[in-house]
Amino acid sequence: MMRTLLVILMFLSPLTATAECLTRGTGDLGIVIERASGSIKVLDTSRHEVLFRVEGLGDLSHASAVYSRDGRYAFLFGRDGGLSKVDILCGTIVKRLVQGGNSIGGAISQDGSLVAVSNYEPGGVKIFSAEDLSPVADIPATPLETGEKLSKTVGLVDAPGQRFAVSLYDTGESWIIDMQDPKAPVIRRFTDIGRLPYDALITPDGRYYITGLFGQDGLSLLDLWYPEKGPRLILENYGKGEEKLPVYKMPHLEGWAIAGHRAFLPAVGRHEVLVVDMSNWSQVARIPVHGQPVFVMARPDGRQIWINYAFPDNDTIQVIDTESLQIVKTFKPGKGALHMEFTPRGEEVWISIRDKDEIQVYDTQTLEQTHSLPAEKPSGIFFTSRAHRTGL
Amino acid sequence: MRLKRSLPNLLLIAFTIIVSGLAIADITPERQAELIYLLRHDCGSCHGMRLEGGLGPALKPERFRHWSTETLAMTILYGRSGTPMPPWGPFITEPEALWLAGQLKKGIQP
Ligand code: HEC
Repeated sequence: MMRTLLVILMFLSPLTATAECLTRGTGDLGIVIERASGSIKVLDTSRHEVLFRVEGLGDLSHASAVYSRDGRYAFLFGRDGGLSKVDILCGTIVKRLVQGGNSIGGAISQDGSLVAVSNYEPGGVKIFSAEDLSPVADIPATPLETGEKLSKTVGLVDAPGQRFAVSLYDTGESWIIDMQDPKAPVIRRFTDIGRLPYDALITPDGRYYITGLFGQDGLSLLDLWYPEKGPRLILENYGKGEEKLPVYKMPHLEGWAIAGHRAFLPAVGRHEVLVVDMSNWSQVARIPVHGQPVFVMARPDGRQIWINYAFPDNDTIQVIDTESLQIVKTFKPGKGALHMEFTPRGEEVWISIRDKDEIQVYDTQTLEQTHSLPAEKPSGIFFTSRAHRTGL
Repeated sequence: MRLKRSLPNLLLIAFTIIVSGLAIADITPERQAELIYLLRHDCGSCHGMRLEGGLGPALKPERFRHWSTETLAMTILYGRSGTPMPPWGPFITEPEALWLAGQLKKGIQP
């Protein structure tokens, strides 16, 4: 009986599971968002090839992705509130649902079992099972004084201890959501962290949650080892009294770059990259750059910082040497250089160039372009190496 | 804050906008296409590519029903200080802003 069952299974499984799926590891794979067409492409970073195109993913403007810890599934957060689980070995959508009206990114829990989504509309965080996207928790944000709406939530990240951290744009708060018991989330709220938090990040070691503020100078810092101490303002005197420049695209803090004991981050309303000493959170330098930085990303070995810019300077990329703090290269790969992603050990960086409908690959040693791959209005690029990094 | 800033200039701006409004017809189809592209991709980074909202609110005709085209154009040209909404005056002329405002009031799917 058992044997016949096994034989039947042996015949069945190749048909069901591997119809057109690949049998290989995923450590050198990734995806690129094709934001205008609601599709993604699955990329092979070793062969510089496109493996699959997956369509039908909704409005992917400002979409982002996280990975299951086995590196096989990408969870995509679309602007239209869509949450999709994509099997990158098969190029298929495993499950897709529209969980909210308008979302802005998500995170996967430390143990990989929960996927959290941050929503603008209605503001709050929703948490789902990573397995089948069934709902686990719904955590509405603080209502606005005007009544009908809830604050927008921004800067959602995962944190050690099966926690998530998130900030509230309209009401100026940071929350820690403890999901140790998924049925009973424990929320710790910190109010008055500063005006108009617009994005946040967690340091790669998972200790500090740092929120960028649009409505005032400085950033809010929360030490997750000692949350009871509450958040404090850092760099509050940075640029004091200087007129701010208009910002045509909000900087992203997710790519906050850390090299040795120094962190590099985009200034807001100033065409500068800030260099911060992480031992005491003081500013050690400001590097004048080409425009309003959007992503400031460190090559994984920390030797270089790559920067892209907001409109109208989004045709330019600059590279800073972290030792001399000098700009070592400025180049114009094309209009709409929207996102950069390093291969896991940093020998290459992949850059999406929206208006050329291509991804350009650069050798980070020679700083020369080596490959080009077609992609329709590409934006975010996400490699599977993120699966094993806190906050990504 | 917003009112304080814009009121003193309101009449002057409205006047220049109305005068330059006569030039709307001069916006070439190529430039119109560029403006729509800008709306989709650059306004879209804060308002959503389908203008359904993001950090900035949805830019939908229901919202603008009671707005004059001029007020809408002014918001685009001058932004809203104290918020992330930047002034687009350096990149868009007044007739272009009026044309865009008209499109937003009509309801546009860029
Ligand atoms: C950097 C982000 C950003 C960009 C880019 C941006 N906006 Fe805004 N916009 C905002 C925010 C935030 C608000 C809401 C301001 C407030 O809190 O009152 C806003 C408000 C507005 C409003 C008023 C809407 C209302 O309901 O009160 C209009 C109209 C508008 N934007 C049009 C545009 C247009 C057109 C563009 C492109 C040419 C654009 N915006 C680009 C962030 C942005």
